[in-house]
Amino acid sequence: MALLRHTNQPAVERQALTINPAKTCQPVGALYAALGVHNCLPHSHGSQGCCSYHRSVLTRHYKEPVMAATSSFTEGSSVFGGQSNLLAAIENIFTLYAPDIIAVHTTCLSETIGDDIPQIAAKAQNEGKIPAGKFVIHANTPSYVGSHVTGFANMTKSLVSYFAEKGPAKLRTVNVVPGWVEPADMREIKRIAALMGVEIILFPDTSDVLDAPQIGKHEFYPRGGVTVQALRKTGSSQATIALGPTASGSAALELEKKCEVEATMLELPIGLRATDAFIDALRRIAGVEVPQALKDERGRLMDVITDMHQYFYGKRVALWGDPDQLVSLAGFLADVDMQPVYTVTGTPGRAFEERLTRVLAGRVPGVRMRQGAQADMFLLHQWIKEQAVDLLVGNTYGKYIARDENIPLVRHGFPILDRVGHAYFPSVGYLGGIRMLEKILQALQDKQDRDCPEEAVELVM
Amino acid sequence: MKNQEAPQGEALREKVLAGYPAKLAKKRAPQLVVNHTHADGQVPPVKANVRTTPGIITQRGCCYAGCKGVVLGPTRDIVNLVHGPIGCSFYAWLTRRNQTRPPTAQDENFMTYCFSTDMQDENIVFGGEKKLRAAVQEAYDLFHPKAIGIFSTCPVGLIGDDVHAVAKEMKEKLGINIFGFSCEGYKGVSQSAGHHIANNQLFKHVIGLDDQAPEGKFKITMLGEYNIGGDAFVLEELLARCGFTLVATLSGNSTINQFERAHTADLNVVMCHRSINYVADMIEKKYGVPWFKVNFIGAKSTAKSLRKMAAFFDDAELAARVEQVIAEELAKVEAVAARIKPRCTGKTAMLFVGGSRAHHYQDLFAEIGMKTIAAGYEFAHRDDYEGRRVLSSITVDADSRNIEELEVEKDPKRYRKILSDEKRQKLASVNFEFNDYQGMMPQMDDETLVIDDINEQDTQRLLELCKPDIFCAGIKEKYSVQKHGIPCKQLHSYDYGGPYAGFQGAINFYQEIDRLINTRIWSFIEPPWEVAASPTLEATYERG
Ligand code: SF4
Ligand code: SF4
Repeated sequence: MALLRHTNQPAVERQALTINPAKTCQPVGALYAALGVHNCLPHSHGSQGCCSYHRSVLTRHYKEPVMAATSSFTEGSSVFGGQSNLLAAIENIFTLYAPDIIAVHTTCLSETIGDDIPQIAAKAQNEGKIPAGKFVIHANTPSYVGSHVTGFANMTKSLVSYFAEKGPAKLRTVNVVPGWVEPADMREIKRIAALMGVEIILFPDTSDVLDAPQIGKHEFYPRGGVTVQALRKTGSSQATIALGPTASGSAALELEKKCEVEATMLELPIGLRATDAFIDALRRIAGVEVPQALKDERGRLMDVITDMHQYFYGKRVALWGDPDQLVSLAGFLADVDMQPVYTVTGTPGRAFEERLTRVLAGRVPGVRMRQGAQADMFLLHQWIKEQAVDLLVGNTYGKYIARDENIPLVRHGFPILDRVGHAYFPSVGYLGGIRMLEKILQALQDKQDRDCPEEAVELVM
Repeated sequence: MKNQEAPQGEALREKVLAGYPAKLAKKRAPQLVVNHTHADGQVPPVKANVRTTPGIITQRGCCYAGCKGVVLGPTRDIVNLVHGPIGCSFYAWLTRRNQTRPPTAQDENFMTYCFSTDMQDENIVFGGEKKLRAAVQEAYDLFHPKAIGIFSTCPVGLIGDDVHAVAKEMKEKLGINIFGFSCEGYKGVSQSAGHHIANNQLFKHVIGLDDQAPEGKFKITMLGEYNIGGDAFVLEELLARCGFTLVATLSGNSTINQFERAHTADLNVVMCHRSINYVADMIEKKYGVPWFKVNFIGAKSTAKSLRKMAAFFDDAELAARVEQVIAEELAKVEAVAARIKPRCTGKTAMLFVGGSRAHHYQDLFAEIGMKTIAAGYEFAHRDDYEGRRVLSSITVDADSRNIEELEVEKDPKRYRKILSDEKRQKLASVNFEFNDYQGMMPQMDDETLVIDDINEQDTQRLLELCKPDIFCAGIKEKYSVQKHGIPCKQLHSYDYGGPYAGFQGAINFYQEIDRLINTRIWSFIEPPWEVAASPTLEATYERG
């Protein structure tokens, strides 16, 4: 019996059919980004279904409440446009849910209709539907362009367009756009900056939002999220560090354009050398020393790498997910002498292949990579059937391949619907690197313990 | 923790409505009703199946979700191709937990796959039919399925792609059954519209294609059972033990061929009235198969339903087997209930979910002594609240009018008069209700609160005002309820537990509710240093 019993090989080129996608749609990314703003209610301008699906997938990923409203389009709105729905929604949201900000994202439907959100928001303003000191912001997020990562990037960029202000004088702050990472990662980035004594403005910031503690009380707007005041100040910061160009690049460039805050583009700090690059950039920009505590963390990660190298060496890995995550992860795996042979992302963009090729630096013979249309998990599985791998790294949907092919799976990325931990333990930074390696070793070694001949079971590994 | 002074009845209703500004409160008021069953069985009217106000944080999803996810989702040997941008298909990928059991490794199962045309910019601008046609061809070349269903998402209707024309053309070309669904998300007001569109198409394009009835006596088709968490497996086994022959289930653990011969059954039993009652009506009209409502949630309801089915076939041997199975099973159920009931008696539940479960699951709670103090549906219609007696008085508004109502006539070849007038009359004389459903409210206590299309606002107020011992809803509500320190049981996905149908299901559910209500974990939320009468340190720190 097989779960994916119809997956056959060899891989025949498809032009039109996507099977088991390695991406989803823009609005869910915009929704996630907007949750990283304090007292902000995301709003989906379209039919109810999109919003219901986006809230559901985020809720399943975080096991946390995920609040967002919808324009609840009917057939009439899809013919006459969604203006009256959005106007009504704005009024109702401010009276019922009292956010400071409504962050509107569009859907395929409202995009196809061509609703003009700023114009509708202006009308709401004129009609007195937006209370003093409150905001309606927006991002266009048609899903027939890009992917969920694009949606995250678009909403993050909108935070800059709507709020960043170039003040009279430069502040000491450094902006950090963390990319689509977990609350734990955002928390870790703040911890690293604090250790270094650098004052950063992190946006968006979903820590203390999507990892809210159980205290017997429901906080409709949890404590976390970047504030409007902080977003305003981003325009006067020393510089912006964009972690992961796909998710964070456009916000950083917008800050450069709008407020002349210089942008530094880095890969996501997952793994040793990407973390080195991040810390080095922070050090240079802020003019600080790397503290001993961080050097020790780096040393401990190096220790795990050197101690356990034999278990990494030569292991073939297949990965799927988002470009920024994949580039850093594959680079990290290659650095410890694993072989990330197959990589797919549904998020389109040629730069992905260039970036991946750069970090792999020719050390992975026979490497296959694919982005965009039909770069899906069906194709990846076909490659695996052609020549097997030792490890899978990707989201929960990989468990079907893992079971069919008896390949261990390390869950990473979005969505993770069947395990906890990703919201609490980082994968960025040196500690995150240790955690990633621990998970990889555990998966590989558990399999060896389970599957090897009895006489070969090793007590010490 | 329990709120002893919790408001009830009209007082509670007013307190919930007080959360709205006047304009919204007025709009919302007819959807919140204090229950009262008159002597003739009539209950107050509930405004249902109406639009959700924009900006309200609703439980509801879309028409497409009801069509692709709910109705067609559980059929394993059809390729369900979603025509649209990627998201709609992605989110409906394996997320509804309908299980399936292909008999052999060779049998087809596409339920683990997600198929999409992944429409791009240029498809929106220049139309997506060409890409759809190519995608159907590619799916055929790769998998050679028996059937392909094509599902329209929101932009499709707007740009004018004709999925039905493509389906027809490709059906002729490839020689397999291919049909489309105009289930754009904006149709209707909830998933309910999608159920209807899905079922209409199955009725038009699939049911009746194969007249070969399966071998066996006492043939039935089960309508409106979707095999969440393995419910259908439990029922299949139970029905077989009793001696019934299950021709088809719409649509839990199903195949296309089962649908094709669904009309060969002698009886249709309806589980979820909301999602499928019109199919039962249409099959009866066209093929002559009578139907009645059953409920396999709750041990007593299961026993009652089985007896009713046996009575319909009027066969002594069948009746005896049914009684034997019931006796054996009830003994097991009652042993567990006896242990759990004292631990749960008097506790309160609220159920806000779906289109039938908020009703059915009240039976299970009652069996362990729990009271349902408030309930409502996410996407049901008035007849699901008040019973089919109100059908004729339901006004058809603009949102319902665009959901096709099929004109059905007797099939000259296949219509069978299964139930003689004489027998129907005889059964009627013993209060045997065909074609009927009493609705949720007549079964609920007076003064309980009924809320249609509940939203986040109402939910929060209910929790604060009444502090129920358990709240039943879906994934989007689950964790905001639990942050109150109140357990939430998901009744869409069963929290990845179950099955809860039939006798074994009842046992599972009692145990699950006992776990949720009687665990100590909720009492640990407050740290000891914040408890008022916190005991002083039990050990003293020894200073050396
Ligand atoms: S219509 Fe567009 S925005 Fe909505 S779920 Fe589908 S792909 Fe996503
Ligand atoms: S786009 Fe339409 S069909 Fe797709 S999820 Fe949204 S509401 Fe449903």
